[in-house]
Amino acid sequence: MTPTTKTPSKKEIQNVLKECETHNKKHHCFTTLCKEEAQKQKKAKGTLSGIYISVKDNICVKDVETTAGSHILKGYLPKFDATTIQKLKEEGATIIGKTSCDAFGFGSFNTNVGKGFSIPKNPHDTKRTTGGSSGGSAAITQLATFPHVSLAESTGGSIACPASFCGIIGLTPTYGRVSRYGLIPYANSLDKIGIMSKKVSEIEPILKVISGFDEKDGTSLKEPLNLNAPKKLRIGIIKESYAKGIDPEIQKALKSILTKLKQKHTITEISLPLTTTYGVACYYILATSEASTNLACLSGLRYGQELPKKNKGFNSYFTEVRTKSFNQESKRRIMIGTFTRMAGYRDAYYIKATKVRTKIIQEYKKAFKTYDVLISPTMPFIAPTFSNIDKMTPLQNYLSDILTVGSNLAGLPHASIPIGKKEGMPIGLLAITDHLKEGTLLQTLKEIEALQ
Amino acid sequence: MKIDTELIQKIATLAHLELTEEEVKTFKKDFKEILNTFSILDRIDVKGTKSSFRPLEQKNILREDKIKPSLTQKETLSFTKDHKDGFFIGPKTIE
Repeated sequence: MTPTTKTPSKKEIQNVLKECETHNKKHHCFTTLCKEEAQKQKKAKGTLSGIYISVKDNICVKDVETTAGSHILKGYLPKFDATTIQKLKEEGATIIGKTSCDAFGFGSFNTNVGKGFSIPKNPHDTKRTTGGSSGGSAAITQLATFPHVSLAESTGGSIACPASFCGIIGLTPTYGRVSRYGLIPYANSLDKIGIMSKKVSEIEPILKVISGFDEKDGTSLKEPLNLNAPKKLRIGIIKESYAKGIDPEIQKALKSILTKLKQKHTITEISLPLTTTYGVACYYILATSEASTNLACLSGLRYGQELPKKNKGFNSYFTEVRTKSFNQESKRRIMIGTFTRMAGYRDAYYIKATKVRTKIIQEYKKAFKTYDVLISPTMPFIAPTFSNIDKMTPLQNYLSDILTVGSNLAGLPHASIPIGKKEGMPIGLLAITDHLKEGTLLQTLKEIEALQ
Repeated sequence: MKIDTELIQKIATLAHLELTEEEVKTFKKDFKEILNTFSILDRIDVKGTKSSFRPLEQKNILREDKIKPSLTQKETLSFTKDHKDGFFIGPKTIE
């Protein structure tokens, strides 16, 4: 991406959208292409003029269908821009379309799309997943030949996972760093809007624009973006990265990068036993608990799918519209979250998980007293084929998030960057830094990128 | 714990979902497997540990109580096909 700082012409926008259409035919990256809106968009002159942005479909763009990949929100046309979108537009960026995701972000392989949506396909091999839930964003980031960056979102690893599987960079900032206003929520205490790009240098200008306090988001941080970083990094390699279950070839790629990094930086092993042992259970209890309350607003009344007649009672109507419109995984997560908050079980599941989360945060905070950055593989395996995903149980799906849930639970900035390939498929490395240390994270990515 | 049809149906009612027999069967199986994995949390002692409802401690963020531009009634009602006299039409609240 080379910023042109020039307002794009009608013809240039047309060519970009034409290219997107071609990619979409084969890879299903988009749920909606902004054919008219991209032309109509008032082009401000700013630091992002000439940059094209694709947006995960759970982030609201004014007058562009926004469904969070779900059938129940089909037809919803927001009358406002999310704060991130408003800021990007003000700096001259052009919004080109909404990208495919698992419905409401419920998935690691982008196969849990809503009724009527297509599953995106990996640019390296169409028989394989893009990863999820920001799969469409990752695919178009890999495919685009024009100056492009994607706005994605992570709850438990939805930026890092597809970035790893598609061989691009995916950065999730500190929780609260970027406003969530206009983001259709999965789990409020976990959701974070982030960035996907091909090169590390493309992230910083976008991060500078979308970061910052927003009074419309009660969890938005007042601290300014800190891009300072130490020259020599104290790197902690998470010991559990070499555990059984992580593909040996991924471990080999990681070791090879670490050998190179060692020439300039200090590297030692660190164990995160609490995060590794309890992270997945803690994450899924909290995420589904929050999701089950968030999705209660989808009642088929004020937006999205409606039933033709409202002559039934409220409860019957509400039940019918949700039963007809939610896909299987949405129902499953709503059911789990309803259970974990249910009288008699709440303390044992939800409340317990909030306390385990404290312990996990403490484990990371202790580690950051000694280290600037923690490193592990992003995913335990390369992008699986769709036929292998079909054979997985829901629990096996959830367990694949083992390396990404920790930093998401703790709200720590983290990023995936490609470090090699296995069978032609990308391998990703996950770097995690302390809260508000986006500068150190970007520095780590630059160092790794320079080694390849 | 016992995961039976009755429990699954109770959760579904609370979640405002109607499940087919097949779905009840699937969720019963899934719940057994998933809750068994969640039970790993029984092993960790959290006595005296505070809850983290958010990853970072944040105090209440307040703003000035000033009227700012917001969606008009027309814009808000444009989300639905079913409205009358400036109101959303909804189902009966008492059955």
